[in-house]
Amino acid sequence: MASGVKPRVKVPKTAAAGDTITIKTLISHKMESGQRKDDDGNVIPRSIINRFTADFNGQNVIDVTLEPAISTNPYFQFEAVVPESGEFTFTWYDDDGDVYDTSKKIEVS
Amino acid sequence: MKLTRRNLLILSSAGVAATAMGSLPAFASLTDDAITELTGGATLGEGAITLTAPEIAENGNTVPVEVDAPGAVAITLFADGNPVPNVATFKFGPLSASRSASTRIRLATTQNVVAIAQMEDGSFQKASANVKVTIGGCGG
Repeated sequence: MASGVKPRVKVPKTAAAGDTITIKTLISHKMESGQRKDDDGNVIPRSIINRFTADFNGQNVIDVTLEPAISTNPYFQFEAVVPESGEFTFTWYDDDGDVYDTSKKIEVS
Repeated sequence: MKLTRRNLLILSSAGVAATAMGSLPAFASLTDDAITELTGGATLGEGAITLTAPEIAENGNTVPVEVDAPGAVAITLFADGNPVPNVATFKFGPLSASRSASTRIRLATTQNVVAIAQMEDGSFQKASANVKVTIGGCGG
């Protein structure tokens, strides 16, 4: 599923050093579980995002392994510490080998 | 008994119910197996991990769940009534603030959601929540 995949991320624009910030991410993806059948009774093959990572200036924040039991349009909310100004990088890994990524800058005063 | 349409319906629904009953323990042991594989058979503590899930989920396709385990390095979610018990594994990096995360999961039927946290000292914590599902999320 290379088309129609759109990552959306919510990160505050500014924060104080050492602050805890909340990050929300969502990516549009049908997350076909491999359990469903089409009208002819054939199993629809599995096609999901199997891994999601969030990094800040090269240091890992969270690394999630996804299974077919994650809902359509996988959503994650988690918290991170920001020691300095920099950039968050979010990466999603698709079953078909595609990698989707997006990044957000944050100013730390 | 004459094989009318009504009788046929009663019969088939009973059959479905029996199948569901019969397969439940199989799913549960799958979950136990998966947990044992994760923990290596270690004893599971309780209390240091919180699993927040709705008591009743109207739509099993998207059930919001939240896990919170201060001091955890990884949290794994299981759903014991799903065809595949594993749901997700969260591994926390050095810049993770609170060891918490929330996401949305699929639940096939009314069941227990289990969260296992691996703590920094190598011990394991367990929390579970029963979720009643009105419409299953397997699309079978």
